[in-house]
Amino acid sequence: MNFSSDQVIFWQYSFVTINLTLVTTWGIMLFMVVGSALITRNLKTGLHISRWQCALELIVTGINTQIEEVGLSKPSTYIGFIGTLFLFIAIANTGIIFPGYQPPTGSLSTTVALSLCVFLAVPFFGVKKTGVLGYLKTYLEPTFIMLPFNIISDITRTLALAVRLFGNIMSGGMIVGILLSISPLVFPVLMNLLGLLTGLVQAYIFSILATVYIVAVVSKPDKQVQSVENQ
Amino acid sequence: MHINWFTVIAQALNFILLVWLMKRFLYTPILDAIDQREQKIKAELSEANAQKADAQKEKDAFQQKNKDFDQQKKALMDMAVDQVQTERRTLLEAARQEAEGLQVKQQKLMKEAQHNLQNDIAGKARQAVFSITKKALANLASVGLEDQTVAVFTERLHHLSPVEKQPFIDAFQSDKKPIEVQSAFELTVKQQAAIKTAVTNLLGLEPDFVFKTNADLISGIDLQSNGFKLAWSVSDYLTALEKSSSSPNGTTKSKEKGETIQHAVN
Repeated sequence: MNFSSDQVIFWQYSFVTINLTLVTTWGIMLFMVVGSALITRNLKTGLHISRWQCALELIVTGINTQIEEVGLSKPSTYIGFIGTLFLFIAIANTGIIFPGYQPPTGSLSTTVALSLCVFLAVPFFGVKKTGVLGYLKTYLEPTFIMLPFNIISDITRTLALAVRLFGNIMSGGMIVGILLSISPLVFPVLMNLLGLLTGLVQAYIFSILATVYIVAVVSKPDKQVQSVENQ
Repeated sequence: MHINWFTVIAQALNFILLVWLMKRFLYTPILDAIDQREQKIKAELSEANAQKADAQKEKDAFQQKNKDFDQQKKALMDMAVDQVQTERRTLLEAARQEAEGLQVKQQKLMKEAQHNLQNDIAGKARQAVFSITKKALANLASVGLEDQTVAVFTERLHHLSPVEKQPFIDAFQSDKKPIEVQSAFELTVKQQAAIKTAVTNLLGLEPDFVFKTNADLISGIDLQSNGFKLAWSVSDYLTALEKSSSSPNGTTKSKEKGETIQHAVN
């Protein structure tokens, strides 16, 4: 029994390895990009729109609202990263309804990659918003004594993100596999339903945590900028 | 549970690529479409608001016009009512005046008719008295009324007082035209001679005479000279008789019994 889709290797040359994780990811990417391109090919700006457009608008506006509610005043700046994070994890996790499917998020490599992306995105948006010094100052808040703790916090939360997602998805798949060997009839279906719920919740948690981390470095200078503008 | 670092790097790159692609094919088009729709809805709402404001303005203007029209109508109605009232009063006043005029005219006509009737009755009475008297005198004393009239007239001329004579004499002497003698009947030569003698005695000289007949005198004679008249007739007698009979005590005066001396100076 394979615990991770990384172990299913299709092609390998030295360091370069094409495994199931990558292939599944590409499939999901293809599905998302082609689906979006097909639906947004004929967008209408009137009051009567297609069902697919309506569904996509609901998803996009829902993500936008969530980002805004967390505390980012201009969600359109962040929706590319946070929205893609949510949609990718959600689609990857809900794919378990297909038999033989192994979600890429059940691979620690994928979750680490996504966590690293978040780890890099936080300073990216922070620097973009407040400049390098403004971002670096956040490590000295509330006092300079907190600097090591802030650095440790950044690293540990990245690790926590990766391990949380990996653990939840991997455990879900493992439980279903074990249950299939014990009681192969109805019970694994119920666990799969639970897995769907868990997968969506994890996608939500991952993206919301990423948003919160970004808000932490962006929101405070926002207030300062607003007060300067008011003066 | 191990980490394949190549997979990590590949997945990170995959994710970054996916972010770019999703931004390109999903978020930007969808958000743009939503923005455009919002703009369109906003424009339509603002247009609707503008139309609503215009409609409200037109409604206000219409209501104001209606109000003005009602006021104007009321003013015109009031003016019309006033004019009608004034016209009514004028017409009523005119009708009242016309009615009063007609009443006055009717009263005048009635008085005239009464007067004419009285004259007619008086004339008929005179005629009757004259004819009865004439017949009575003829039957009883074999004396004609005309002769008796001339005799009474000449007798009266003889017995005129100097005060009564003098105006006649003055009138004749101021303009010596012929003296005009009118009688109700054709005077005979003898009767004309008696009158001439009496007048000649009265004036002291013999004037020219012109004798005329006037049926209205009813058995009477009058003598005119330069606007001065001496007259005696049954009509005058009857008038005096009528006056004496209509007086409360029924007393009569000698002068009113058929003899009048009229001064009619022109």
